[in-house]
Formats: sequence, structure tokens, C-alpha cells
Amino acid sequence: MNSMIYKKKTPLLLFLVPAFLFLAAFLFYPFVQNIINTFMKIGGLGRAAEGLNTPWYENYIRLFTDPYMRVAMKNTLVLILCTIVFQVGIALILALLVDGIRVGAQFFRTVYFFPIVISATALGLMFNLIFLYKGGMVNQLLLSLGQLETDVRPNGKVIVYWLDWKDQAHFLFTMLMPVMWQYVGFYFVIIVTGLNNISPDLFEAAALDGADGWNRTRYITLPLLRNVLCTCLVLAITGALKVFDLPWVMFGAGMPENQGWLTGTYMYDQTFNKMNVDYGSTIAVLIVVLGVVLSNISNRVFKPSEDL
Amino acid sequence: MNRKKRSISQTLTYIALGLWALTTIYPFIWVILNSFRKKGLILTDSFSLPLGDAFTWENYLTAWQRADFKNAYLNSFLISGTVTVVVVVLAGLAAYGLVRYRFPGRSLLYSLVMAGMMFPVFSTIIPVFRMEAMMGIAGTGNRWLSLLAVILPQIAGNLCFAIIILMGFIQSVPIELEESAYLDGCSVLQIYFHIIIPAAKSSFATVAIFAFLWSYNDLFTQSFFLRYPQERAITGLLNEISSQAGVNYGLMASSVVLVVIPVLLVYVLLQKHIVKGLTAGAIKG
Repeated sequence: MNSMIYKKKTPLLLFLVPAFLFLAAFLFYPFVQNIINTFMKIGGLGRAAEGLNTPWYENYIRLFTDPYMRVAMKNTLVLILCTIVFQVGIALILALLVDGIRVGAQFFRTVYFFPIVISATALGLMFNLIFLYKGGMVNQLLLSLGQLETDVRPNGKVIVYWLDWKDQAHFLFTMLMPVMWQYVGFYFVIIVTGLNNISPDLFEAAALDGADGWNRTRYITLPLLRNVLCTCLVLAITGALKVFDLPWVMFGAGMPENQGWLTGTYMYDQTFNKMNVDYGSTIAVLIVVLGVVLSNISNRVFKPSEDL
Repeated sequence: MNRKKRSISQTLTYIALGLWALTTIYPFIWVILNSFRKKGLILTDSFSLPLGDAFTWENYLTAWQRADFKNAYLNSFLISGTVTVVVVVLAGLAAYGLVRYRFPGRSLLYSLVMAGMMFPVFSTIIPVFRMEAMMGIAGTGNRWLSLLAVILPQIAGNLCFAIIILMGFIQSVPIELEESAYLDGCSVLQIYFHIIIPAAKSSFATVAIFAFLWSYNDLFTQSFFLRYPQERAITGLLNEISSQAGVNYGLMASSVVLVVIPVLLVYVLLQKHIVKGLTAGAIKG
């Protein structure tokens, strides 16, 4: 990899400086401000700090003792695992399948993208109606299949015990399923792009050597997709830590009974609703630290051949 | 025999793909259908066809009358178009530099980019706003400056993601291509423009799609910087209309349709570039 071409380092400045200037000014500097804020006492949005917290690391202690934070962490870790297994998994399978067909590939590539472009507000409303307690789509379906308990009262009235999809027992599924489903298309597009970058010559050579469909996938496609899949893992982890809009529209602030927090929604709520700006900033720091640690672990595990 | 096996597996493939397609098409159709449904009917009956009495154009007419759409679409395209172009150009260069060069501090820069991807916009927006107000960009009431105030943080916000994605793809461009170009006397910049960009063209298209989409849908940043009527971008405008409408879900559905159509057009246009076989035959011999 350390080719002759790249021994001279001067062009590197041209490559790196513009992008990193932007990042420094509009991302890193604001985030350093955010880190400073975690040690400060801040009365409300946009207000100046009123001095240091006592003790100055107060917010970090709170982070570890806050029971809702523990809830948010637990839910988010579940979300990360599900994201990796289902989102990336389903996207990979769909991408491999679409890669294997001729007719209609364009059609599938277009429609799989639909959920990403529809705004979270609209999707949230739709899923709310699908999972509605009384007469929602899922519950009506279950009722017609005879899966819901019913009672006939003495006066002849039929009582249906509707399933509450947002109660303690079901909320995790109801919250995570739409998020999973929405972003499959995102990883799908990335993996399809990766597949397109694989030279068809390799497949021709493999076909000449008598490799059939599965062997081709196993020994050529998947190894060559490794970089792309690693990228997907990192995106899945960071994405899950930041997930905000769809759960927020569907569940609002921590429903049910403060068991439904995610790191993203909890941070937003603390900053913009509860006006705990400094604590919100602390949660943001935690999100970033977790993200960097987890992505590094996944890169170590899945990318032994690369030196990053 | 072999042929039969093949056609069975083809059929199964289409069934699996078709099932997933149903789940992605259905919500879209649901939104479109409900945008033609009369007020108040969505909560009671949202899963049927809006025929006869239930059908109405009213939602679109209301949405169209309430706002200056032409202006808002223009603002959106100015913002998201600029963001997309700048992100693709800068991220391409940076990703190439990070992938191909070995230099001290390289893994530090990589970690910074990775961390940057995780910064929640909620935590960076207030410092950015203060900074831009100090520079005289934000909160001036000047339409073009306000658009710029949105564009700058959005570029930074999309750069990290774009760099990470493009790095993954540029890594898989075979370095032999670059070496042979170098032997033919190409400079590094020429290699970048004549070898890397064409070889990773579909990756650039993918990054462009997402940069556009996220910039376009980023209601939060927009609502922070675009406060005057003539500055409104389409997503913010329609969000405002539908939130004023309260429980008028029909109006909301029609707003969603009006927002989504331009993005879908951009996707379909850019997606043409995500085509197969761009490096085909390039490394023969």
C-alpha cells in the first residue's frame, strides 16, 4: 500500500486542509465548547455559564447515578445489537439478491429507499395508527385471526381486550421495529454501491473455475465487501447512539413510565425541555465516547487486515 | 435440471424482494392516499381508498395557498445543492488523502472524523449560532446570509459521514491502477481526477444522495437559522403548515408528499450513476 506515488507529501495539504478547516470551525470547536459546558452551571438555553459546578465534575457523577440514564443505555445497546443484526443483515441479503437479478433491479433499488425520504413525523403518525390501542391495524388483524381475548357480557356486548403495543412488555418492539425498518434502505444503498465497485472480471474468472452462486458469494463477494461492511458497522453504531426523531414522534419523553429513553431522546429532553443544558452536554460527551470506543472495537474485530 | 433449479431460485429471490418492497411501498401509498382524504377521516379510517365522499383536493389547495412555495423550494435547493457539492468535493479529497498517504497523525485525524460523525447536532448548534452571529452571518435578516448560516454547519455535519464512506470505497480501488498511471507520468492530482473519481463514481453518487437528503430533511438546523418568511426552506415551511393544522392529518399528508417528491427526483437522477462494472477491464494485462 505504501506506494512510490505517495512518498511526496506536499499534495496532502491540498487534500486534507479544506475539509479539516471546515470540521475544525463548525464541528470540533463547537464540541469543545460543549465539553467545557459539562463542567459549568448553565441556567438555560443560550445563557452564559454562571461559573463552575460544585464539584466541577458533578454532571459526570450524575451520569452514573441517574437511573433514567441507565435505562437509556440499556435500550440503546439493544438498539445497536438489533441494528447490526437486522438492519445491516437484511440490507446485505437484499443487496445480494438484487445484485443477482436483471429485470427489476432498478425498481427495487428505488422503492427500498422510500422509507428514508419520508419524514419521521409522517412515519411516526403512520406507525402510531398501525399500533393504535383500540382498532389499530395490528390489533384488528389479531382480532380477525382470533388472537385477542374477547368477553361477552351478560347484556350481549362484546368486550375486546386490545393489546397495548406501547406498554412495558411491548414498547421495545414497537419502538425499535420502525427504526430498524426505516434504515434498512440506507445500508442497502451503501452495500449495493460496494457490490458495484467489485470488478466483474473476478466473477468471470470464478465462473470459469466452476464456482457456483453460493461459492461466488462466499469466497469473492463477501471478502471484497469487508471494507464496506465495516463502514456499515461503524455507521450502525453511531446511528443507533444518535437515533432521535422517530422514537420521539412515537413515544415522546421516555414513555412508558420512563422506561423508553434512548441516549438521543434523553439528551434532547434534558437540553431543550428540562433546560439542563450542562447535563445535556454531558450526555452528548458520553454518546461520542461510547461511539468512538464501540466503533474502534468493531474495527479491531472485523478489520484485522487494515492498519486503521 | 440445472435450468429448473435456477428458475426456482430466481422465483424465490423475486418473492423475497417483492415482500420487502411491499413494506416500503405501502407506507408511501398510505401517505398519498391520506393526502386526498377528507379532514377528520384519517383517525377513524386511514387504511381504505379515499373514494366518493371521502375524496378531496382540499389538502393540496390549502397547503398551496398558505405559503410561498416557489421561494421555499428555491431556498431548499440552494441550501442542499450547495451542501451536496461542497461535501462531495471536500470529502473526496480528504478521503483520498487519508486512504493513500501514510503520515504522522493520520490515525488521529481518522479518529477525529469518526468522533465528528457522532457529535449530536443538538450539542453543537448553540456554539455555532453564537459564532455565526459574531461573524455577522446568522440572525441578520438578510436572506442570502441566513441561507449561508445553514449551509456552513450542514457541510461540516455531513463531511465526516462522507469521508468515512468514501474511505471505505477508495480503499477497494486497486492500487495497481494508480501505479500504472503514475508510470505513465500522471501527477497525483491527475490520478485523483482520472483514476479515483471514475473508479469510485458510484460511491460519490451515493454520498451525494445522502448529503442532499440529510441537508434537505434537517428541520432542526433550519428552524434555528431561518426565521423570516422569505428565508423558509420547504421542509420547515411544510412542517409549520402541518403543525398549525393541528390534527388536520390530511394537510400533513399532503405536505409530506410535496416535500418528498423533489428528494425522490434527486435520488432517481443520481441513482443512474450507481451502475455496475465501472472498473470492468481496467486492470487487465
